[in-house]
Amino acid sequence: MAEAILYDSTKCTACRACQVACKQWNELEAEETTNRGTYENPPELSASTWNKIKFTELELNGEFKWIFTRLACMHCEEASCQNVCPTGAISKTDEGFVLIDQKWCIGCGYCVQACPYEVPHKDEHTGTARKCTSCADRTSNDLKPACVTTCPTGALTYGDRSSLLSDAEQRVAALGGSATLYGENELGGLHALYILEDSPEVYGLPAEPQVATKNSIGQWLSGLITAGLITALPFWFIFRRKDQIAVGDANEGGAK
Amino acid sequence: MTNHWIDIRNADRIMIIGSNAAENHPISFKWVTKAQERGAKLISVDPRFTRTSSKADIYAPMRSGTDIAFIGGMIRYILNDLQQLSPAQRATKYNLTYITQYTNAALIVNSNYKGPGDNGDGLFSGFSASSSGTPGRLGSYDKSTWQYADTNTPATDPTLLNNTWTDWDDLNPKCVLRLLWEHYSRYTPEMVSSITGCPEADFLNVAEAYAESGATGKAGTIMYAMGTTQHTYGTQNVRSYAVLQLLLGNIGIAGGGINALRGTSNVQGSTDMLLLYHLLPGYLYMINHNEQTLDDYLATARKGRGIVTPQGLAGDKSAAWWWYNEDDPNSKKYIVSLLKAWYGDNARAFNDFGFNYLPKKTSTDDYSHIAIFEAVAAGIIKGMMVWGQNPAVGGPDAEGERKALEKLDWLVVTDLFETETAAFWKRDGADTANIDTEVFLLPAACSYEKQGSISNSGRWAQWRYKAVEPIGTAKPDLAIIDELTLKLKELYEAEGGPHAAAITRLHWDYRTTGEYANEADPNAVAKEINGYTWDTGEVVTSFTGLKSDGSTVSGNWLYCGMFAADGHNKAKDRDPVDASLNQIGLYSGWTWCWPVNRRIIYNRASVDFNGQPWDSEHPVIKREAGAWLGDIPDGPWPAINEADTGSKFLPFIMHKEGVGHLWGPGVAEGPLPEAYEPWESPLSENLMTGVTDTEAKGTPGFNDPCCYVGDLDGMNQRGASDEYPCVGMTYRLTEHWQAGQMTRNLPWLVELQPQPIAEIGEELARDRGIENGDIVEVSTARGSIQAVAVVTKRFRRLRIGNKDVDQVGVPWHWGYVGYSTGISPNGSSGNILTPHVGDANTTIPEYKTFLCDVRRV
Amino acid sequence: MELNRREFLKASGAGVGGIFLLGALNPDIALARTVNIPPLKRKVTETTTICCYCAVGCGAVVATYEDGAIKIEGDPDHPINEGTLCSKGQALPQFHTVDGEDNPNRLTKPLYRAAGGTTWQEVEWDWALDTIAQRVKKTRDDNWLSTINVGGTNYPVNRTDAIANFGGGELDNEECYLLVKMARALGLVYIEHCARI
Repeated sequence: MAEAILYDSTKCTACRACQVACKQWNELEAEETTNRGTYENPPELSASTWNKIKFTELELNGEFKWIFTRLACMHCEEASCQNVCPTGAISKTDEGFVLIDQKWCIGCGYCVQACPYEVPHKDEHTGTARKCTSCADRTSNDLKPACVTTCPTGALTYGDRSSLLSDAEQRVAALGGSATLYGENELGGLHALYILEDSPEVYGLPAEPQVATKNSIGQWLSGLITAGLITALPFWFIFRRKDQIAVGDANEGGAK
Repeated sequence: MTNHWIDIRNADRIMIIGSNAAENHPISFKWVTKAQERGAKLISVDPRFTRTSSKADIYAPMRSGTDIAFIGGMIRYILNDLQQLSPAQRATKYNLTYITQYTNAALIVNSNYKGPGDNGDGLFSGFSASSSGTPGRLGSYDKSTWQYADTNTPATDPTLLNNTWTDWDDLNPKCVLRLLWEHYSRYTPEMVSSITGCPEADFLNVAEAYAESGATGKAGTIMYAMGTTQHTYGTQNVRSYAVLQLLLGNIGIAGGGINALRGTSNVQGSTDMLLLYHLLPGYLYMINHNEQTLDDYLATARKGRGIVTPQGLAGDKSAAWWWYNEDDPNSKKYIVSLLKAWYGDNARAFNDFGFNYLPKKTSTDDYSHIAIFEAVAAGIIKGMMVWGQNPAVGGPDAEGERKALEKLDWLVVTDLFETETAAFWKRDGADTANIDTEVFLLPAACSYEKQGSISNSGRWAQWRYKAVEPIGTAKPDLAIIDELTLKLKELYEAEGGPHAAAITRLHWDYRTTGEYANEADPNAVAKEINGYTWDTGEVVTSFTGLKSDGSTVSGNWLYCGMFAADGHNKAKDRDPVDASLNQIGLYSGWTWCWPVNRRIIYNRASVDFNGQPWDSEHPVIKREAGAWLGDIPDGPWPAINEADTGSKFLPFIMHKEGVGHLWGPGVAEGPLPEAYEPWESPLSENLMTGVTDTEAKGTPGFNDPCCYVGDLDGMNQRGASDEYPCVGMTYRLTEHWQAGQMTRNLPWLVELQPQPIAEIGEELARDRGIENGDIVEVSTARGSIQAVAVVTKRFRRLRIGNKDVDQVGVPWHWGYVGYSTGISPNGSSGNILTPHVGDANTTIPEYKTFLCDVRRV
Repeated sequence: MELNRREFLKASGAGVGGIFLLGALNPDIALARTVNIPPLKRKVTETTTICCYCAVGCGAVVATYEDGAIKIEGDPDHPINEGTLCSKGQALPQFHTVDGEDNPNRLTKPLYRAAGGTTWQEVEWDWALDTIAQRVKKTRDDNWLSTINVGGTNYPVNRTDAIANFGGGELDNEECYLLVKMARALGLVYIEHCARI
């Protein structure tokens, strides 16, 4: 049965419990950060930051707003990362969540480049690509994802995708104005749904995200080769490095 | 909190002012959000646009420190509305029974009373300026003209009670409601806007929306915190809320109340236990030098004793006056039970139950946080013990307080991590080799490495358990206090010393069996706090069972009842079912709260004379067939109309006259709040009082006339607006905690907020050539710190009087120890900027408003 | 007895006990493909606690694993937070453990800095508490005020103005109570804590 995470930006207070809950459950290290003139940190998703809240100040219809957006894997139905993965390490669960099998991942970085949301990142320690698993280890054990479980205001909910969609439609209708539901049809339907007060672009989300295919990645690769070997060096380095590091856990998300 | 967290969902209007609940009490927004889903309006009044404001239906900016003007304007709006409406309309739009019968609106005040508008000096009648110089208060009041005309049986105004008035002149010129109008009529929307900088339209939007909670059956709640209290007139800020909430009938009801969002997990409990100089556990008065016997003590506490029957209120009914109503007053039962808990068999009737073992403070002296550091700086205090606190970061004028620590002979700090206080001797610029303070730093167990109870903001005492062993040799604070006290007892037994009996005769016996054979057992301490019969050890199950003859023990009468008759501790109860009327969310079986598990205090004000709730949808209590249903009522007495004349029933049982105080004759700087300027103000003339600032240390009538002004060995300098034109303020962030020791050592939180920031508006940034992300220096007359500039639209330039004023915000979490430290070597602690001045009533420091400037480094 | 999480918490009352929590629930996890999700079959002890940060008083459950690891989540039965926590609450495990090791910044032994000293020295508990008791006694006794004079009259007050006690809104009720009892018995009047700042 298709499931999803629904994020209602109008209820999010940006307390960022979801960010820390993700780190706690998935045993991810803290990043060393600096302040760049904003509350937002870390600056972007990474191999050790699988979800984050983006802070945006703007004027909407003449009124000042401080809006928040959740950034994490969208778990696309038409998942670019899965399309381009050369080893078949990326797959989808029955619920629709996209997982990277750490045993099979060779760290080639194709998924990193292909993702329209810039979600997967290579982990320097494991040499593999890592990202949000929608806490598959929790959801397959009747628990909600860590981020959803901890959300104080109910901005994050988890469950059957179609019923979340109908909840979201009602909420968007109640909000009125320019309120938007994001994720219903994008990329074949996302398993991360958004209730937004305005258009997706206002929140930094692409209105029309494009699917990357093996073909498009092929074009990208040839461009890379033209650009020279230097760019490809990290791939070689990662392959070598991967051999050297004993990867403790085969999969993401397990309570280690 | 008068109410509790879950109850916020019952509100129709929520005003968050002086609090940033979304950031500092994030889970409160679970209930704020639920209220909004029900259709409640959320109002955020704050100098800066916060994460709370981001969720608000209405946001109103204001200059920091101008709450009294803002709320005063709201009170004027309501008073004006009351007068403008016809008597019939008035009774529809407001709860007139509540206003006239449950508050002192109709009571008549002394004819010699004069308000701050009457003499043009911004002062109430009875003021004398202090001549004692600093440190100390600017002045004090003789409050006799603020009292009721008849203090034993106060007279009331029948015209007001009967709702037959149309003009203010129809009312008795000294009745409280009319005096309120005379005072607040000056707080016009134009004046409010001029003082606060809030655009008039925004202010009126708030006033109108919030006044709607005044209708019978509607509820409005105020959520406030340190943004309210940390001012020289912080107490009067809270008083403003009380006046507003009483006029709107919002106290005692579900979804109402004045809710202080307490900042620390057990600051409610530590306050109840009275780790404060002026009181003893359970809010009993601390003993003064001129109270040499228990009778002296009770006589002072009992001042004005006598049954008070405000004439005309609800058919001449009287007040319970819980403290002192009987010949064998409750206050005596509580203090004797406390003394018995402390001195056991050595507390007997013949020795006044050990009354004179206890120290006596000098009645007129202040021993508060600010006064302590004044005394450290002056060399009076030579030793200091600090438990889980970090004044080197959290105290006002922090560099001055750090420097003062150098004068100590010894300092003991108990904490989880090294703190700035413990490490003051190695801070940047310290002459370490010449600091002669011996410092002991003791490792404490964290919250889940021990067991015990803590009391949340809603007064719920919740037991928590030990999950893991403490790290290293760390110990629970309880074990440390126990061992230290036993060592001291041993030392005094062996060597003697002045008044040694106070220590050697102290009843101290908390070790039990098993894990607690060699360490104090928190269960044993909890039982003593609750109370038991001395001879039998049987628990006392309610403070009504405490005795004044020394037969009962109770360390804190408010917590008497936490233990059930079968001896089990109700703080461990976890019944998840909400059995309250209409499931209003009381969850009375989930742990236990003081007093007597009453979840909403003053709840007798939530019902009419027949005991029927004003709001039938959200009934707190309800009278049916001669019994109360729902929450534990504020006293067991029947509903007003059931009681005979002379019975005790008026709803505000802790007040002598039984009604809520629109008029507060006991407050230091006036029976009504007046809009004074902060100690450091961008103005030279107070726009409300017209008084100009002429005195170097602060001017009564321009400033709060009774505020406390420190000196701190010359470190407490007062800045002027030509040199420091911006209004500065300190506050907290979601991701850090107080003085930082509990978050700057946790990497996940450091990742989220890695460095100190200074928040400034775009106009000011442009003027100063500051770009977002630049390192800036914020300076005041006391010192300066460096931080990362966050240039934001969330800080607006405000028009105050005839000048533009910018505000600068600085979180105060940072210091020089831990994973995340300051940018400047002084730790970039926000409190390096704040002044050593305090509130007129409580001496809480004025952290929230000061003058500063900011420049790019 | 087979219990689900909520029932377990209720049955134990105090919330203390040991179970195989999660593994018992769903051993046959069906996934789309051969992705091997580890079953959460590890022995844990669950203990309820109340968050130590703000005064909302959220309930949390500390899961202690056999290998010493801990995870902390909101208590799903707690009526105030209903299983949720904020970012600080979610960081609670780091008081104890950071990246699988004891938090290196936690104090593990009493430290002492002598007058004029430039470093901390590790000391034993007994020495530390004995020495503190001696310092308290000396300062108290040397600065004892039997009486004070107010307006020409001597009043017995039996106190010392030379020692101050700070703390603690972060201490348990039982700790606060014993602290105030100890401090008043010593004759202290300078007793304060963070409620006033």
